[in-house]
Amino acid sequence: MAVEIDPIHQFQIHNIVDLGAPGGVHLGFTNSAAFMVGIVAAIFFFLTYATRGRTLVPGRLQSMAELSYEFVASTVRSTAGNEGMKFFPLVFSLFMFVLFANFVGMIPYSFTVTSHIVVTAALALVVIGTVIIYGFARHGTHFLHLFVPSGVPAFLLPFMVVIELISFLSRPISLSLRLFANMLAGHIAMKVFAGFIVMMTAGGVAGFFGAVLPLAMVVALTALEFLVAALQAYVFAVLTCIYLNDALHPGH
Amino acid sequence: MDDREKTDGQGSAGKPELSDSELSGRLRGLGSALQRVQAERKAEEADPKADPTSTASGMALAFRLGAEFVAGVLVGAGLGWGIDYVLGIAPWGMIVFLLLGFGASVVNMMRAAGEFGRKTPPKGGA
Repeated sequence: MAVEIDPIHQFQIHNIVDLGAPGGVHLGFTNSAAFMVGIVAAIFFFLTYATRGRTLVPGRLQSMAELSYEFVASTVRSTAGNEGMKFFPLVFSLFMFVLFANFVGMIPYSFTVTSHIVVTAALALVVIGTVIIYGFARHGTHFLHLFVPSGVPAFLLPFMVVIELISFLSRPISLSLRLFANMLAGHIAMKVFAGFIVMMTAGGVAGFFGAVLPLAMVVALTALEFLVAALQAYVFAVLTCIYLNDALHPGH
Repeated sequence: MDDREKTDGQGSAGKPELSDSELSGRLRGLGSALQRVQAERKAEEADPKADPTSTASGMALAFRLGAEFVAGVLVGAGLGWGIDYVLGIAPWGMIVFLLLGFGASVVNMMRAAGEFGRKTPPKGGA
């Protein structure tokens, strides 16, 4: 039993380049940052390489690029209307980043960027910041009507305003929490079941054959994680559209 | 129907040559059968997703509802704790805002459940 099993180890952040502490803040180029740069580069090269031919009848890569474009475009149109298409670049960037980050995390020995709440919270704050800034810029104080639901009796109105306020504040939290928690829990579950295999094979012949059970579980979990990876990127994009729709049409 | 039965009967009798009218009758029968199948297929497609609970979008909705519920309660608790800390009225701020947060999360969940079922973009006040 000399094998060390640590399901949390995969999430450790370490500095690749230590930049010291200019101005009292410790800075460093971490493995997380390196993966993020890599993901952005991968998206850039995938999209430019796939669309280099611009053939009328798309090849495999080009049709993948076109599919991702059309998928996000139809999501934006169906949830935020045609007006929402002005936010298409933002939604598409977020969707592709989360999708690639989740899938890169599925490669063995790689690092899952979206399993850190710092990253997902930053993405969620970008979305909510856009909603608030655009909402006030476009509608002025009328944007505050978002917090005043119509058709509510006067004596209930104060409660409803507070509830609407809390529900608005909970948006960035639910947006970041869901992505982070799903990726973290999924990857830990996979590591734990993989650890069972190692432990059981160390326990003689019976354990060796018994290890088939956790192995089957790991195979099933891997498939599930691929589904979750794509699904979470989709949910992130849909919710971004729904919140942006509030910025476009604040009146309830 | 009549038309088809007649042509079928003749076909099974093994008559080698068919007259033009019989052929066009068969064609009409085939055309109407095709139309019926196409109409059925169209009706199936127009049907709103037969069982949303077993599809990927159903799973997406489940993820969303879970996180929505947790987040509302968390924000309520956080606000209550902050108000207690600033005004020094513990535990009343926490009690009131935890309940309000619970209410907000239920509101959010109901809104989420409604929004995923609706496919058309919401226009203005709704």
